[in-house]
Amino acid sequence: MRIIFYMLKKEFRQIFRNKAMIPIIFVAPLIQLIILSNAATFEIRNLKIYFNDFDKSTYAQRLKNAFVQTDYFILVGESTNRDIAERKLELNHADLVCEIPVNFGKDLQKYGHAKLFLKINAIDGTKAGVGINYSQNIIQKFTSDIAQEVILKTNPEIAVELPYAVNIDYSNWYNEKLDYQTYMVPGLLVLLVTLIAAFLSSMNIVREKEMGTIEQINVTPILKYQFIIGKLLPFWILGLVVFSVGLFFAWLIFNIPVAGSLWIIYAFTCIYLLAVLGLGLFISTITDTQQQAMFISWFFFVIFVLMSGLFTAIENMPVWAQKLTLLNPLRYFMEVIRMVLLKGSGFQDVRIHFLIIGGFSILINLFAVWRYRKIT
Amino acid sequence: MDHVITSNNLTKKFGNFTAVDRISFSVLKGEIFGFLGANGAGKTTVMKMFCGLLSPTGGEGSVAGLDIFTQREKIKKRIGYMSQRFSLYEDLTVSENITFYAGIYGLKKNDIKEKREALTERLHLGDFQNNLISSLPLGWKQKLAFSVALIHSPDIVFLDEPTGGVDPVTRRQFWDLIYEAARQGVTIFVTTHYMDEAEYCDRISMMVDGRIEALGKPSELKTQFGVKTMNEVFLKLARK
Repeated sequence: MRIIFYMLKKEFRQIFRNKAMIPIIFVAPLIQLIILSNAATFEIRNLKIYFNDFDKSTYAQRLKNAFVQTDYFILVGESTNRDIAERKLELNHADLVCEIPVNFGKDLQKYGHAKLFLKINAIDGTKAGVGINYSQNIIQKFTSDIAQEVILKTNPEIAVELPYAVNIDYSNWYNEKLDYQTYMVPGLLVLLVTLIAAFLSSMNIVREKEMGTIEQINVTPILKYQFIIGKLLPFWILGLVVFSVGLFFAWLIFNIPVAGSLWIIYAFTCIYLLAVLGLGLFISTITDTQQQAMFISWFFFVIFVLMSGLFTAIENMPVWAQKLTLLNPLRYFMEVIRMVLLKGSGFQDVRIHFLIIGGFSILINLFAVWRYRKIT
Repeated sequence: MDHVITSNNLTKKFGNFTAVDRISFSVLKGEIFGFLGANGAGKTTVMKMFCGLLSPTGGEGSVAGLDIFTQREKIKKRIGYMSQRFSLYEDLTVSENITFYAGIYGLKKNDIKEKREALTERLHLGDFQNNLISSLPLGWKQKLAFSVALIHSPDIVFLDEPTGGVDPVTRRQFWDLIYEAARQGVTIFVTTHYMDEAEYCDRISMMVDGRIEALGKPSELKTQFGVKTMNEVFLKLARK
């Protein structure tokens, strides 16, 4: 016990003696939290639209206005030249081109339907999909408006043929205003805590190898478990502190609701950190330099983050990838923090998450401790 | 006299390469035993096997009566080690380093304080207790590292090229510390490149390509090879 105490004392001294460390541990995550939560959004606004209006009727003009009046589209130009329009798409100066053919207005008045042509830059699939949705909504609104007018203008037969506008009412549970920050911030918090714990722990142990001090430690009678606890406990504590600070700011700046029990969140964080630190320890046993440790931590980190459900919903992944996410500890934390903070889930709801992350912690730590050798 | 280090056909292989080839020798209690050889001759490998940092491939060996295959952790309580790579924490102060190493050797709080004071006093580091190691000259670091290796009063201390890169005066001062420890009954096992240091040893062994080619008192070796200095002994053996 006394030996662990001396280990801890030394580790904390070294961590806080490094002047660059405090900003790295506390300030950088907060800046990331603030920047990312505002920038990382799925909401798509300001789609650039270009019109090829060959019709020039009042209907065409109204349709164009309907697009531009929303927040979702900005007009980047119009002409009657298809080549220019296509060039705009190619150069990314426009996200979509709406072609209004000759007789659009006349057809609409005469037959009750008319043709429109939308060309969408689908390199960014998500953006294109959202763009189509927005356009359809606008066009639907436009046609139903016209329909009503036509009915009023004593031409009821045609009106029947006009498409009916379908009104869909949404109700977004747990995140009523569909606020992306509410959705993103808890996830980003998880990500930052993981980053701090995994990188710092693996690099810290490898640093001793690089400096050669590990050899001096290895000729002392210190036991494996004493060394490992001495090395990991400081980062476990730091991880919890970073998490608390982040959570406080999430609540203060972004008004993240705390619907469930903080105890559950903290209990889960404690166990989760053990898993991440175990991974850090494991990485340090298979690397010899901080560069290697950094690179391997990064390798795991990127996979964990991209497959955590933070940026891509797990349900949208191919089945094999969905199965792979079952091995990702970040995924469980991501689910738990959202369920508990936003939905107010109780322990019963996340019991299985606790079991899995607990098992994961035990396994990775056993494996890492087994791999860690005082002797070569 | 007791043999505190023994080795019988001790061997270490790294894959196909035999770094240490069936070496046999023993070191007496309280002796200053010089372990000489060219770079890559296998000196550090031998030392690491005795310290429990490397597992031997074959043969037998013991330190302080304990087996180097099966009783490594017990051996660690009885030995001190100073590696050629400098082993104090550069970002900790003099007294923090002493406290840390004394602490992980399991010394009691009061003993640590006493040792720390005695040690800084002896090395005239009293005024530098709160200086970071990184700010000290190399010679001071070496003396401090040696003293820290002795902090838990080991029976044997292993020194791996302890005086690399410092001037002759500083080296001489370092050897005064070694003599002092030897007088108190600590066995010294030291590797070196400096032939003047070899003269300071009670006995020396010469290692060439993983084997011990000569072993004896410096005077005996000089007679055996018919030369006047240890330098010539070294050159004769290394060129063979």
